[in-house]
Amino acid sequence: MIDTPHALDTPRSATGAGDLTAHGVAIGYDGRPVIDGLDLTLPQGRITAIVGPNACGKSTLLRGLARLHPLTAGRVTLGDRDVTGMPRKELARLVGVLPQSSVAPDGVRVAELVGRGRYPHQGWFGRHTSDDDVVVQRSLEATGVADLADRPVAELSGGQRQRVWIAMVLAQETDVVLLDEPTTFLDVTHQVELLDLLHDLNRERGTTVVMVLHELNLAARYADHLVVMSAGRVVAQGAPADVLDEATVLSAFGLDARVVPDPVAGSPMIVPVGRHHRPDGTPAPDGSAEPSP
Amino acid sequence: MTTLTAVQSVRARRSRRRAAVLASLAVLVVVLATFALTIGAAPLPPGRALLALFGVGDAGDLFIVQRLRLPRLVTALLAGAAFGLAGALFQSTLRNPLASPDILGIASGASVGAVTVLLVLGMTGMAVSVGAFLGAGTIALLIWFFAWRQGLHSIRFVLVGVGFAYLASSVLAWMLASADQRDAASALVWTVGSVADVRGAELAVLCGGLAVLALAAAVVSRWQHPLALGDDHARGLGVATDSARVVTLLVAVALVALATATVGPLAFVALVAPAIARRLTDDGGAALSVSVGTGATLVLAADIVAQHGLLGVAAPTGIVTGLVGAPYLLWLLATHERRSRA
Repeated sequence: MIDTPHALDTPRSATGAGDLTAHGVAIGYDGRPVIDGLDLTLPQGRITAIVGPNACGKSTLLRGLARLHPLTAGRVTLGDRDVTGMPRKELARLVGVLPQSSVAPDGVRVAELVGRGRYPHQGWFGRHTSDDDVVVQRSLEATGVADLADRPVAELSGGQRQRVWIAMVLAQETDVVLLDEPTTFLDVTHQVELLDLLHDLNRERGTTVVMVLHELNLAARYADHLVVMSAGRVVAQGAPADVLDEATVLSAFGLDARVVPDPVAGSPMIVPVGRHHRPDGTPAPDGSAEPSP
Repeated sequence: MTTLTAVQSVRARRSRRRAAVLASLAVLVVVLATFALTIGAAPLPPGRALLALFGVGDAGDLFIVQRLRLPRLVTALLAGAAFGLAGALFQSTLRNPLASPDILGIASGASVGAVTVLLVLGMTGMAVSVGAFLGAGTIALLIWFFAWRQGLHSIRFVLVGVGFAYLASSVLAWMLASADQRDAASALVWTVGSVADVRGAELAVLCGGLAVLALAAAVVSRWQHPLALGDDHARGLGVATDSARVVTLLVAVALVALATATVGPLAFVALVAPAIARRLTDDGGAALSVSVGTGATLVLAADIVAQHGLLGVAAPTGIVTGLVGAPYLLWLLATHERRSRA
């Protein structure tokens, strides 16, 4: 694969690598299956959010797709390429991944850390070239951390640090970016800022974004494609407005909630009921499907 | 364009810093080496010592410099370089600043191997070095065997290694205690290490082996940056983490085995030299090349102190490296604690 400094200029949607698809995927820890026989297609050039209750296997699925964790059965394809058997370095030029926790080595500076994302494009002795500098520069600018280039990563705030890690993944110049709960340690302002950033990357570069998110309302607002998981299976998927209704929230999360239109974006917004704030006159849910509003 | 300039200048400053550190270490080595060639039972002025080094001078000078002092000097430098590089590879690959071959029991394994050959088999010379090499390799394999659980987990590797270190030192103490007094005294040097009395063939093996392993280290060093980010990031960047660790640790174990087989375990060099090197470079990297320099410098300095009885008594090199290394380790731990609390 040839990488040119101009590669970042053109939107990728037209030349993208294709849909990321799981075929009968099984993943487990210590022989205990978490996911067993899962089929799923994540559309190219779109933002997909994977949501679900704790321990539903959403992070495990993402880790399996990114080959951070081995599959016990099945395979993953990107377009017509088999991801499962591909050399890792080749995969790293097609799919970038931001794992759940990232710890920067002591003393490393922002531009250096972002430069580490060039690894899959470098040869045996890992020489950093001036083309690499250009990609690093653009990644820093795209994530809004250009003015931090010579700061030690350890000195940054949580929000800045997460942007720097995303810049590092961008420096890999991949068509697909997978993120495992990228907003977890951020306050609400930085969560929104980060999701706006991912939205920009998707719209401007055509990067396929797949993220595991905890925050349902933000997932519904930012995702083009929403995947709801429960107990290792996909229980619903599609456009957030089609997928996220009260019945799905109840069956996937066991949560009694009202779903109303988000007053800002119009996307579905989940308002949990809880034990202490039951609206008057509403019958207690019995688990059967309720009509969505 | 200002961002690009910033990116380039971060990189340029790093290269300059590393070059400056390496150059300073080189100057230090030259000064120490000159000093080492001049002092001794027959002191030579630096000029005469250096001339003798290049083959100019009377037969006595040539003999003293080329046959007596130079081999010891070269051994100190090469062994120090090997320990420094091995320690840096261990520590960065296992992502643990305490994961040095001394603490993991690989050095003690070498001692057990050497002492077994000396005391049990009653052999001397090259056979002792072979024993040390096999001892280090055996302990490394055992750690491997017990630490491997569907992949190589750093903390498990370190804990298993610490266990074997205690086992090996117990075996060693037992062998020395049950041996004849005079034999035990001659074996003792293999438990602390000394760069004295390494000659010809042994030195050639050390030199050749080190050249091959340094090349191997240069090849495996490309994994160090991704591995430093943690397993998930390293895999995401395209590194097969398990095999990268295994291959890197193999190179590191071979370096330790080679150096220990020649000079015995020099305490703390593999632990401290990389720690100093990382302080000097401070770039979050493994500091492999700088560790080579700090290791060589440390052992040379320690041997000058040891050889010329600057502590009041002529002692094996390994005792002095411990004396220099231990306080440094304490200082390092104390300041690190303060920094991480701040």
